[in-house]
Amino acid sequence: MVEIAEGCTLDSLPPMIRLVLQGRAAALDAAAGALGLDAVPPLLRAASGAGGQALRLGPFELMILPALGSRAGLDAALAALPHSLVDVSDRHVGFVLEGARAADILAGLCPLDFAPSSFPVGMVTRTLLDKAGAAIWRTGAQTFHIEVWRSFAPYVEAQLREVGRGISFSLLSV
Amino acid sequence: MLLIDCPYCGPRAEIEFAYGGEAHIVRPAADVSEAEWEAFLYLRDNTKGVLAERWRHSHGCGRFFNALRDTRTDRFLAFYEIGTPRPETGEAA
Amino acid sequence: MSGVFRLAGRGRIDPSRPVAFRFDGRLIRGYAGDTVASALLAEGRHLMGRSFKYHRPRGPVSAGSDEPNALIGVGEGGRYTPNLRATQVEIHDGLVAVSQNRAPSLRFDIGALNTLAAPLLPAGFYYKTFMWPRGFWDKVYEPLIRRAAGLGRAPEAPDPDHYALHYAHCDVLVAGGGPAGLAAALAAGRMGARVILCDENAEFGGSLLADAYSRIDGLTAMDWVARMVAELERLPNVQLLTRCSAFHYGPHNMVALNQRLTDHLAMPPADMPRERIWQVRAREVVLAAGALERALVFEGNDRPGIMLASAARTYLHRYGVACGRKAVVVTADDAAYRVALDLAEAGVKIAAIADLRPVPGGTLVEAARARGIRILPATTIQRAHGHLRVTGAELAPVGEGGAVGKGRAVACDLVLMSGGFTPSLHLHSQARGALRFDDALGVYLPGEAIERVRSAGACRGVFALDAVLRDGVAAGLAAAGGENGPEWRVTRQDAPGTGGFAGALPRRGPGHLALAFVDFQNDVTAKDVKLAVREGFRSIEHVKRYTTTGMATDQGKGSNVNALAIVSNVLGRRPEEIGLTTYRPPYTPVTFGAFAGHARGDQFDPLRLPPMDGWARARGAVFEDVGQWRRARYFPRAGEDMAAAVARECRAVRSAAGIFDASTLGKIEVAGPDAAEFMNRFYVNAWTKLGVGKCRYGLVCRDSGFVYDDGVVGRIAADRFHVTTTTGGAAGVLNMMEDYLQTEWADLDVWLTSVTEQWAVIALQGPRAREILAPLVDGLDISAASMPHMTLREGSIGGVPMRLFRVSFTGELGYEINVPSGQARAVWDRVWQAGAACGLTPYGTEAMHVLRAEKGYLIVGQETDGTMTPGDVGCGWAVSKVKPDFIGKRALALPAMNAPDRLQMVGVLTDDPLSMLEEGMQLVAAAHIPAPTSAEGHVTSSYFSPALGRSIALAMVKGGRGRMGTGLYAPCLDGPPLKVTLVDPVFYDPEGARLNG
Ligand SMILES: [Zn+2]
Repeated sequence: MVEIAEGCTLDSLPPMIRLVLQGRAAALDAAAGALGLDAVPPLLRAASGAGGQALRLGPFELMILPALGSRAGLDAALAALPHSLVDVSDRHVGFVLEGARAADILAGLCPLDFAPSSFPVGMVTRTLLDKAGAAIWRTGAQTFHIEVWRSFAPYVEAQLREVGRGISFSLLSV
Repeated sequence: MLLIDCPYCGPRAEIEFAYGGEAHIVRPAADVSEAEWEAFLYLRDNTKGVLAERWRHSHGCGRFFNALRDTRTDRFLAFYEIGTPRPETGEAA
Repeated sequence: MSGVFRLAGRGRIDPSRPVAFRFDGRLIRGYAGDTVASALLAEGRHLMGRSFKYHRPRGPVSAGSDEPNALIGVGEGGRYTPNLRATQVEIHDGLVAVSQNRAPSLRFDIGALNTLAAPLLPAGFYYKTFMWPRGFWDKVYEPLIRRAAGLGRAPEAPDPDHYALHYAHCDVLVAGGGPAGLAAALAAGRMGARVILCDENAEFGGSLLADAYSRIDGLTAMDWVARMVAELERLPNVQLLTRCSAFHYGPHNMVALNQRLTDHLAMPPADMPRERIWQVRAREVVLAAGALERALVFEGNDRPGIMLASAARTYLHRYGVACGRKAVVVTADDAAYRVALDLAEAGVKIAAIADLRPVPGGTLVEAARARGIRILPATTIQRAHGHLRVTGAELAPVGEGGAVGKGRAVACDLVLMSGGFTPSLHLHSQARGALRFDDALGVYLPGEAIERVRSAGACRGVFALDAVLRDGVAAGLAAAGGENGPEWRVTRQDAPGTGGFAGALPRRGPGHLALAFVDFQNDVTAKDVKLAVREGFRSIEHVKRYTTTGMATDQGKGSNVNALAIVSNVLGRRPEEIGLTTYRPPYTPVTFGAFAGHARGDQFDPLRLPPMDGWARARGAVFEDVGQWRRARYFPRAGEDMAAAVARECRAVRSAAGIFDASTLGKIEVAGPDAAEFMNRFYVNAWTKLGVGKCRYGLVCRDSGFVYDDGVVGRIAADRFHVTTTTGGAAGVLNMMEDYLQTEWADLDVWLTSVTEQWAVIALQGPRAREILAPLVDGLDISAASMPHMTLREGSIGGVPMRLFRVSFTGELGYEINVPSGQARAVWDRVWQAGAACGLTPYGTEAMHVLRAEKGYLIVGQETDGTMTPGDVGCGWAVSKVKPDFIGKRALALPAMNAPDRLQMVGVLTDDPLSMLEEGMQLVAAAHIPAPTSAEGHVTSSYFSPALGRSIALAMVKGGRGRMGTGLYAPCLDGPPLKVTLVDPVFYDPEGARLNG
């Protein structure tokens, strides 16, 4: 646990399997079924099933974090449908930013509104963290899962620390 | 910074988007005349007023979409999906 | 109490907390709550700076951010900040401030001689004077002018502070925390709206902080402010920001605020940002910017000791400072009478009130009369006397028709001027709001706005306190969508001022030599503005640029309306027919540090590190920036310079094997049933017949027919291609692919995924590459027979999944080992160990460039410049003749795209094998052609080739392929032109025997 501001930690996530699924509705439906979800999550929302997690990053796109051993079932469910399923496990590095100041720190780098009414738990979206593309997923009221491309990780980590360094000195209330 | 209402993601800051130039420019087949090809490549209206234009939510959902924007005021009148016709707004182009 | 002009028991300073600071080296004592200006004024000192052009002695005119004169430098070393307004700089122990624009001292300044030359420095002076002789401009005129003019100096050391940025979102942003702003924020805040209220001052209250007369709900104005702020602080949905200026109003209600966090602190916490930029996206904006009192334009109006009447009132009530002992008040407005009364009550003698109006009347005027103050109706100020401090004024009667009679001298040490109040329209104007001229008030007011913005209070011409509060509440409610707001009862207030004056005051005589300043900061006089009009400038925008009025850092806060009125008078046209110049952001100057924010030093831009960066660093590689990537350029051994290292690396690749981190290559996975069809439409090449496991060099054109990118493409499966792009083109190619796919070919079932960073690429190149690799690939047969040039295999390397490409950008037998980037370092280490016995050598981007140039391989962006066709760069063979369409097909058929004299890629050899051409050199037909001449072509790549033992170059030459063996000349800046011969661009192994080995 690395504290980057009072009561706020930034940690790297261990390697994990990440798949990008793209296709039309039928393919996304089939994948959702294989993951044990009732339905494809709505746009910009994540959902969890027995087979893993699905992050709806675009109308025709899911980022899938499959549970161990569920890849085969996914392939089988998609076999007959036009789709593209690409392993990007190593393309990304994941971070978890957690704490009372987490949303404020993100707001130092990202123009999104992180008020719970605008960015509720379960929301996930690609956006920018200053000059680096990133996906931000709110997994808890004060917890964000951040994905960036591997080569941008040192930059993003340093920017988060830099914002954390100065964040304690403001009374951010709205 | 403009606030752009992606038809898929909702309103987002302009820095998440890439501009895509004038919309509804039809790419002609490869057998058109030289003049028609030139027009497709290079001739634009440079509208002062309501312009149909393309945007891509490149740091978001990745989708291209169209928008109607008044170039005099930067006010957006409509956002709509690629492949759908230009909406009627009642305002002169 | 220190400071002989300090009045005990007055002001909002804290007399229990004395503060000492230095101004021009001298120790000055003040109190917590003082500004540099108020502390100096408390010592009776008005002289604080010298002016921009004439180096005139100047003192503060105002008490706020509109101050044009009292600009000072603050801080030391890297923390030095020039051009800060002394009226805003809060003092703290240890503060160091200096006056500007003077040499050797503020009291005696050599540059002030300029003022004697003022008749020679009229508007447009620079345009008119320094035309001739032309050569004098650079060496004589410009350095002189630069030394004499300008304000402050730039700091020389790096800024040690850090700066923050914060994106915020709210329902209602209220800019300005005076009575209207407080009322609006409370109205919206009580409804639960997310509210941000900001004010540029250290405390909220605005004009109420200098108002000792008004009563609200029975409270003094200052007590009422305290109560309102306390309530706002208790509301969790309200963000209060003091020392925070709204300086830029951007489209769609994005307003930038600059919050100053540490400048007022003697000992700021170590990690505290000096400033923070707030980028606020507001659903609704309420502008409560107030109004600024206008100066009067008369001869000598810039003498220290001449200030706005409202400023003297602020110094009295906020800082407990009397700005002088004996004041002359010159006014066209009632408000100055309240100032005179307040000052008189505090013991300042009011020598006279000169009122420009023929018959001043009303409660305030009567109150002044009752107090025994001498009031001179229909009186102007002909001129002010004094040099470093005003010593007197000549007050003169204005007769019927405006004729000014003989005046009388009145001794004084303070002249207070009031030309009425100008609503602050800057932010409204930045929001692209229209302005409308109000005849009754004689000023512009906010009109219709494009943004969701409304003005409240004095900035829209509402001046009476009770009306201002009601206006603020109404604006807050409207912005937050409510109906019932707070109500306050104003139990005592001054009636709103009537009158006002704009333009140059009437005077006796033509005043050809009179310096009556309109724009203090840029030293623009009434005469300059009149001259501009006489010389034919009619548009106020042109007058502004010609005279520079309103173009200083204060953006014409105090001067624009006076300039407008002068133009209006000279032209005999109404002000609304002339218009007002556009107000530019920033409202007040913002430090560069605040704009830079987090983006400084190494964090200015993302520094992308390829997977083997750590390995290369450990081996002492020299790096180069390639876009955002940092790539190893070469790996010098002890004693080697770049040329030696690169030559050794090249020889190793040609004779044994080299290893290279090619991971930055762009990679895109194109997958789906229509993948081949998509590739056919996108690339100029044909793909249908490319077998699974085969690779092909692909070329991308724009629809203009010009080369856009290139790279090897491998077919992984019938419905899956592994596309590579150039390092710099990765994002662009993917965007272009998505563009055509989403907007032109939406029917295709094919999808694109960037895998640039999924796959690290280890290039293993050289005659011994196979020998090194074969034992590592877990049984995969990579023999020449089973895996020839331009093929690919999926497999594993030491258990790590691998896509192995047999491709070459060096001309040698070579492989590009693609492995997941998280495991690439381990694979690299294994290959490195395996190659040790074979002379495996790491090489960098420089050797890569030399090796490819020896083979005549083009680099898109180096040989091409966005106007080259595939044929121009010798790749016409790649263009499919049979496909019905592809991007660029129609354009490539245009006659001009096939003209014989187009620039074509060729090899170039200097006649002297050791002479080096420079990239970018022009090639011409003869050794000595008088200029101007047109070039036959230009050099695009130039290297020393270790394999050939001589220099080689690539060039684009008109009709070059038909000119092989002929000569051209490369003119040099130093020395005679170099003679060159055009040759085939493939310098090394033209048969490709090594490639296919
Ligand atoms: Zn979107």
